[in-house]
Amino acid sequence: MASGKEIRNKIKSVESTRKITKAMEMVAASKMRKAQDRMRAARPYGDKIRRVAGNLSHALTDYSHPFMEVRPEQKSVGLIVVTSDKGLCGGLNTNILRLALNRMKEWDAEGKKLQVTAIGSKGFSFMARAGATIVSHLSGSGLGDTPRMDKLIGPAKVQIDAYLNGEIDVLYIAYTRFINTMKQEPVIEQLLPLSGDLVGSTTANRWDYVYEPDAKSVIDDLLLRYVEAVLYQSVAENMASEQSARMVAMKSASDNAKNVIGELKLIYNKARQATITKELSEIVGGAAAV
Amino acid sequence: MPLRVHVDVVSAEELIFSGEAEFAVFPGEAGELGIYPRHTPLLTRVKPGAIRLKIPDRNEYELVYVSGGILEVQPTLITLLADTAIRAKSLDEAEALKAKQQAEEAAKLQQTDVNYAAAEAELAKSIAQLQTIKKGRGGH
Repeated sequence: MASGKEIRNKIKSVESTRKITKAMEMVAASKMRKAQDRMRAARPYGDKIRRVAGNLSHALTDYSHPFMEVRPEQKSVGLIVVTSDKGLCGGLNTNILRLALNRMKEWDAEGKKLQVTAIGSKGFSFMARAGATIVSHLSGSGLGDTPRMDKLIGPAKVQIDAYLNGEIDVLYIAYTRFINTMKQEPVIEQLLPLSGDLVGSTTANRWDYVYEPDAKSVIDDLLLRYVEAVLYQSVAENMASEQSARMVAMKSASDNAKNVIGELKLIYNKARQATITKELSEIVGGAAAV
Repeated sequence: MPLRVHVDVVSAEELIFSGEAEFAVFPGEAGELGIYPRHTPLLTRVKPGAIRLKIPDRNEYELVYVSGGILEVQPTLITLLADTAIRAKSLDEAEALKAKQQAEEAAKLQQTDVNYAAAEAELAKSIAQLQTIKKGRGGH
């Protein structure tokens, strides 16, 4: 059995670990609230732009945007992987990367080429080690805890341009969807060409907008913003997921540390009592011998 | 009572304004756009600048600043999809280039083939770690 001093040191070190995990838990909890607020704040824009784009797809007759066209042959694929920059958030990044990797294997088997955009350094280092072609990247210093549209434009543009140039035929985004504090779900969604839900409703409108300066440039701008809004929303969801996952992970780490401390204290006390008993019996034994 | 139109000003990051107005002025790309209720459907780009909204029962105009965006006008509803950053083609290009460079710089040690086996092994390892942690948690 370990000596009393050793156990005391161990207890001390676990206690300081617990202090850290506890602090991280509380930081994550406060960040989580903010991240959730931001995620919700982003929703009206997404809803509005979806409605406008929906109106557009009904009203519009004579101009078809490449974002709306499904290409018959899909030879190469673009993937935007959204992960966190920092670790210590449970299985969050592992889950999303596993999902992405499975899909990548499928694409590989079908002979499709792949290019990746990594948002968040965890996803980047994983994809780099896996040897995927990474065309653009946004890391921690660029994003921090706030999803910022102006930072996302660049990495997204690389993929969108590739789509427009025909270098990729379809663009997916992988991120962790926030369901609630305890539950986050890794998903891969199709970003381009725009999926059918935009054109889903059946009410055919008999009117068209007045466009200024002209239909093409306004629609181009609008659809680009739509794609960016979806991306922004994904990143915001991912951040809320990250903070929740971290909070939960840190909470269980703190709880574990507490249990370990309890056990160690028990061992320590037992050891202490054992020594006392031993000393007493030695004294008694000594006295009896005299 | 004068006619009213519902005005929403939203950006990707927040809801900037939402409410009724009797009259609204937007900095359209082709010039100032004054819009009354029951305007014909219109879709246009907006320049960075101030929006003026005449709110019912208020004398002063409500001022809202936006850094450009897209304006959708319907007879009873006006939606401004505001940008959060000043957008220009050259600026977007610069951002894209930056993101590309970041990827290139960080990926100097990249291999040519997608090494699925190694990646999978790595994932399996971290999954195993997680499971161990979970099992350990159950034990206490």
